[in-house]
Amino acid sequence: MVSLGIDAGSTTIKIIGIDKNKKIVFEKIENTEPDIDKQVKRLLKNIKISEIKIVVTGYGSNLIKFATKKVTEITCHATGAFYYFKKGGTLIDIGGQDSKVVIISDNGKVLDFTMNDKCAAGTGRFLENIAWRLKIPVERMGDIALNSEKEVNISSTCAVFAESEVISMLARGEELEAVIKGLHRALVKRIGAMANSLNIFPPLILSGGVSKNKAIQRMLKEELGFNILIPENPQIIGAYGAAILGIDRI
Amino acid sequence: MSLFEYILNYKIFGATYFKLQKIKEQIFFKYPKSWNTDIFAPPLKIGSYTKELISSHYLEGRFVKGVKPVAWVTSGAPVEILKALGFYILYPENHGALCGAKKVAVDLCVEAEKRGYSIDICSYSRTDFGSIFSGKTPVGKLPKPDLLLTCSNICQTVLYWYQVLSHYFKVPLLIIDTPFLYEKAKDYEIEYVKKQLEDSIPICEKVAKKNLNFKKLKKVVKLSKEATELWFEIIKTAKNKPSPISVFDQFIHMAPIVEMRGEEKTVKFYNILLNELKDRISNGIGAVKNEKKRVLWDNLPIWYKIKFFSEFLAENGVAVVASTYTNAWGELCSLIDPDRPIESVSKTYLHPILNRSTKDKLYTIFNMIDEFSIDGVILHSDRSCKPYSIGQIDQRKKFIEKKQIPAILIESDHNDSRAFSDEQIKNRLLTLIEMME
Repeated sequence: MVSLGIDAGSTTIKIIGIDKNKKIVFEKIENTEPDIDKQVKRLLKNIKISEIKIVVTGYGSNLIKFATKKVTEITCHATGAFYYFKKGGTLIDIGGQDSKVVIISDNGKVLDFTMNDKCAAGTGRFLENIAWRLKIPVERMGDIALNSEKEVNISSTCAVFAESEVISMLARGEELEAVIKGLHRALVKRIGAMANSLNIFPPLILSGGVSKNKAIQRMLKEELGFNILIPENPQIIGAYGAAILGIDRI
Repeated sequence: MSLFEYILNYKIFGATYFKLQKIKEQIFFKYPKSWNTDIFAPPLKIGSYTKELISSHYLEGRFVKGVKPVAWVTSGAPVEILKALGFYILYPENHGALCGAKKVAVDLCVEAEKRGYSIDICSYSRTDFGSIFSGKTPVGKLPKPDLLLTCSNICQTVLYWYQVLSHYFKVPLLIIDTPFLYEKAKDYEIEYVKKQLEDSIPICEKVAKKNLNFKKLKKVVKLSKEATELWFEIIKTAKNKPSPISVFDQFIHMAPIVEMRGEEKTVKFYNILLNELKDRISNGIGAVKNEKKRVLWDNLPIWYKIKFFSEFLAENGVAVVASTYTNAWGELCSLIDPDRPIESVSKTYLHPILNRSTKDKLYTIFNMIDEFSIDGVILHSDRSCKPYSIGQIDQRKKFIEKKQIPAILIESDHNDSRAFSDEQIKNRLLTLIEMME
């Protein structure tokens, strides 16, 4: 292993190690703990970090004191997606507390980007909140949505207000499945609006924990009309990009 | 307030004290304690003079009531007639910016919100209302107005804002309506503004209790023109590499061009600043020591975060060298003609950037990108200033497409720090820096 990339996100922490051929040789994912520095040291306890380049990214990256370099999530995700699929395109990353759209050029550079701002609409937290309220595991939400033929319209994209809207709909007698499908649609519409504020082009590359959700995948394809590429593990793209930057930039 | 108190406190003690302070600071020149010498050139020497002018201006305000007529005006209002009539002029927007920079604006906004003013209205107006209702201000005391002058050339909010002031203070309100310019101003539009200005003269005269002297008006307009020309020359010095002045310096030293147009001291002040910058240019001194990339700023400053932006960017070798905001106070200098004071003033005040089309703004920025060798653009989407922020999403795309430079949009507010998200904004700035590499 020659380089490690650490993506310390608001919800999960992802660590990827690569060899000199940029092949993944080490992988760890855990929920983020309050003491990130300690958590990372624990996750890397069997690795001689002094001999490896370490590039960090994500909101918790400032807390990782032993890093070689810090790079933004936008650049890391663009680099990770580009090296993973060997092509440019439009990356949509939906994480726990933020979502971003990044336009990647044919040579892997960031051409443009946008992110959510001051608002959790269009992020994983939007679905997580409701899943918790309805006592449904968040991993099952996508399948429930796909199994429903009916769909109700959720007007609020606010993660807080959607919760009260959902409760009142259920109290009115709407089917749970149809409401959950409507929630997915609201999230996708929000992401679609963000993406359409940029000059997007295919393919559409999805990353982040929420992109594992099959309903989100299908609806984004419908919303934006592009073919979709999804890495085997979409959560690691940022950390993978960070690890690559450890070889290419340092 | 009596003339005696005014002369004693302002003219004798106050003005002398500030002058001595300035001289002391010039002789024993010291850096501010928090000045980061690794990333910045020494502070501009003009700083002590700026402090003197601003402090004296507000000190005069404390003792001026009953000595001179007082007018409160919007930043884009045609003040030359008032100046020629001897009014003391207060700019609530400037006072608001000062409150923002001193980090007291949110407390004042809350005072206004407590009285029912929505958080969605401009934070300058909320700062002003809060200051009036609570009597709190970092400058000690503001003089009550005898006359209010508002002009629609910067936004619609000021029309309602000044109606509130008029209702509260029970003084006459003059509204100058400037038609929005989708293209170059037509003669009848200039005539329309000119007529309003002419109609306003008897009201101003009545409040001032004296007649307008046209010779004096011409002199005021001439001084306005000279100061505006100097300011334009000053901001153009930033075309040099490295730039001798940053936009953050400009935000501080622009106060006199906004609130002291038409005065001799303003012309003198900007002559001194220009000479200081010329010295820097001949010695190759840049405001940012390690200037690697040059950025343009669009929209109002984020007053309570000037230090943060200035340091964060300079640490990364980024100098912010141009801004549409500071440019706005210089770009119209050629329109001012002291020999045709009313007509040329009418034309000038029709043309601020906020009264021109978004297309015109786009081309203004395109030109600045070329002139100032810009590598990237920061567009501040200002929650409080809708007219300035509208069109930024499309303009941002055009900078990327047509000029092939990165451009980011940061969402914030010029005075209300509750709309500022530290991490999100740092993230965007760092991405911009990476994209410029």
